[in-house]
Amino acid sequence: MKKTVLLGALTVAGLAAGAAAAGTLDDVKARGTLNCGVTTGLVGFAAPDANGEWAGFDVSICRAVAAAVLGDSKAVEFVPTTGKTRFTALASGEIDMLARNTTWTFSRDVDLKFEFTGVNYYDGQGFMVPKDLGVSSAKELDGATVCIQTGTTTELNLADFFRANNISYEPVPIETNAEAQQQYLAGACDVYTTDASGLAATRATFDDPAGHVLLPEIISKEPLGPLVRHGDHEWGDVVRWTLNALVSAEELGVTSANIAEVSAGSNNPEINRLLGSEGTLGEMMGLDADWAKSAIMAGGNYGEIFSSNIGEETPVGLARGLNAQWTNGGLLYSPPFR
Amino acid sequence: MSDISFVRTEMLPEQDPPASEVGALGWAKHNLFSGAMNSALTVFSILAIYYVLAALLPWAWSPTWNATSLAGCREILHDLGREGHFSGACWGVINDRWVQLFMGFYPPEHYWRPIAAFILLGVALSPVLFSDQVPAKLIWFTGLYPFLMPWLLWGGSIWVPLMVLAGFVIAYAAYRFILDKMSELIALIAAVIVAVVWWLFLMGPIAEFVFNIIPIGMEAVGSRKFGGMMLSLTIGVVAIGFSLPIGVVLALGRQSDLLIVKALCVGFIEFIRGVPLITLLFVASTLLNIFMPPGTNFDIIMRVIIMATLFASAYMAEVIRGGLAALPTGQYEGADSLGLNYWQAQRLIIMPQALKISIPGIVSTFIGLFKDTTLVSVIGLLDPLGLSNGIRANAEWNGVVWEIYGFIALMFFVFCFSMSRYSMYLERKLQTGHR
Repeated sequence: MKKTVLLGALTVAGLAAGAAAAGTLDDVKARGTLNCGVTTGLVGFAAPDANGEWAGFDVSICRAVAAAVLGDSKAVEFVPTTGKTRFTALASGEIDMLARNTTWTFSRDVDLKFEFTGVNYYDGQGFMVPKDLGVSSAKELDGATVCIQTGTTTELNLADFFRANNISYEPVPIETNAEAQQQYLAGACDVYTTDASGLAATRATFDDPAGHVLLPEIISKEPLGPLVRHGDHEWGDVVRWTLNALVSAEELGVTSANIAEVSAGSNNPEINRLLGSEGTLGEMMGLDADWAKSAIMAGGNYGEIFSSNIGEETPVGLARGLNAQWTNGGLLYSPPFR
Repeated sequence: MSDISFVRTEMLPEQDPPASEVGALGWAKHNLFSGAMNSALTVFSILAIYYVLAALLPWAWSPTWNATSLAGCREILHDLGREGHFSGACWGVINDRWVQLFMGFYPPEHYWRPIAAFILLGVALSPVLFSDQVPAKLIWFTGLYPFLMPWLLWGGSIWVPLMVLAGFVIAYAAYRFILDKMSELIALIAAVIVAVVWWLFLMGPIAEFVFNIIPIGMEAVGSRKFGGMMLSLTIGVVAIGFSLPIGVVLALGRQSDLLIVKALCVGFIEFIRGVPLITLLFVASTLLNIFMPPGTNFDIIMRVIIMATLFASAYMAEVIRGGLAALPTGQYEGADSLGLNYWQAQRLIIMPQALKISIPGIVSTFIGLFKDTTLVSVIGLLDPLGLSNGIRANAEWNGVVWEIYGFIALMFFVFCFSMSRYSMYLERKLQTGHR
């Protein structure tokens, strides 16, 4: 059996090689499911619940794309990827898109041949210290022991920051966030540094969250966003404009609650174009006219997705901050739907 | 005078041994306090055990089974007057997720399939493991099991495993047919070619054709749905099952006088043993993806199983070679003097003894392989260790560490300890008094 499955798979592989020349959009439609790469688990961003259903901020992006393309937010095959396997999984076509809190960097975009289709979360590296330490700024951390995940950009950012401020630190290398929590609570390090969203989520799990403070310094830019393979622009457009549709919907006040009413037609022409009651935007992309409506109905607009997964009412408890609409002083700015 | 006697005529009644020599006291005196050094060590050990248990038991004794989140656990403990981060275990996470830790993402309505597969595995193994206690006819079921298990786990058309089985029948028929006309070697080669042609080109369309006429099958379950202990067991069982025969062949090949066979076997064994398993897993998960044409969908679990099998086979070959090397030359000469040919000698004389000598090594390799299956979490497969990360990624269970790892350790311990005990039973059973 094993051998035949192997041989059969190789035969299928040969046949599939010819078919793969078609665009990802057509492949997804033909397959009827979207293969979406997510993390193996990150609080607020992607996690399986007790029934094996994935949920989270990144997961919602996958569901919105599936809803836009296939009209069904459940038609997603989630492929858990680790930091080591994510890029090969995308490059090899095992997944159609990657929504795995991946930082948009020059080399990933240019050298690894991927296309970032936008930013769904503006993150940055921060510091957490116990309140008892009496520190109010990262610049006072001279000589501190710092828990730091090895082999990440955070490690390099940390070295840059301390060198630029001419202060010293002693790194305590750790492998995973869970290990970091244990080490930090056991007092093995004075400071824990990672992405600010991760720090907030970690602090929320403590017995005494008020006993720990996040320092005000954010020492790096970590724009996290979904990405697709280079070269397939039709598919890249679908993912990019699905994300933009979620952002625009919030800006235009379209929510999952009022969408049924608004989509019947409104006096705002941009809403009408977005939701497909005017114009042919969906058709231009090779999707149904109500693609954006489906995407928004999958989990709400950007603001709803944010507040239900990582917002202030959730245990993660993140403020909008940089991730507010540009009209509210944030960085979210979707190009117009015209 | 005659009433004076110098010899006692009546027996003294038997007396109990002194209280300090029997019972718990005597045992303790002989085993724990037989000297100053041993007494000191005993006291020290008891203190160490007490120290560990005094910290562990109050933590583990925590009535949090029904909590639905870490905060819920803390509330329960708080109501009991227990405060602090390490005041008590949060067992609610096990209550909430134990099914997931066993079954992964397998659809709940099909849970009976993996359960049936692993119960039948026990039935299929019984003629091999306990040959003296079950009917010998059961070995037929053991032969069919390798075709049944994938069908139960992955589902799909029943005709696929049946057609694979048919391949063996066809190959055997071809062998017999050609054996009448030509030499044994040609018949063997022809049988292999016929089987490969059947599996590669004819089987697929025929199975599909028959399925269209008589559609018997079960709902297919994709490999991505596999997870938890079930994934570890699937990888472990298949790799263990295939690595032993492959290991025997490799070990014999390494001792062979045929130059090419020997070179191939030595090269394979030394290459695989010279590479860490994690490297092979990365090759399976990422490098193969790059080599194969885009859009290829070569099942990830199949790739991992193949790599784990190859890895275990190489180690198995060396363990069995150790057994072969331990046999006195007289056994080989004895087999020759009886006029047995190579395969008869191996089957009747050499292998039974070599395998018996190698039992501890073989079982060690099995246990090592089974535990190595947790490495697949590194390539994004959600075995129990991978799932522990996913469980912790839920807001309600973020921060729970020891409880999940403890439970996973317990699951692995049950399987590994049973294997270990079985190997000791087998050694006793096969003991023929050569020591």
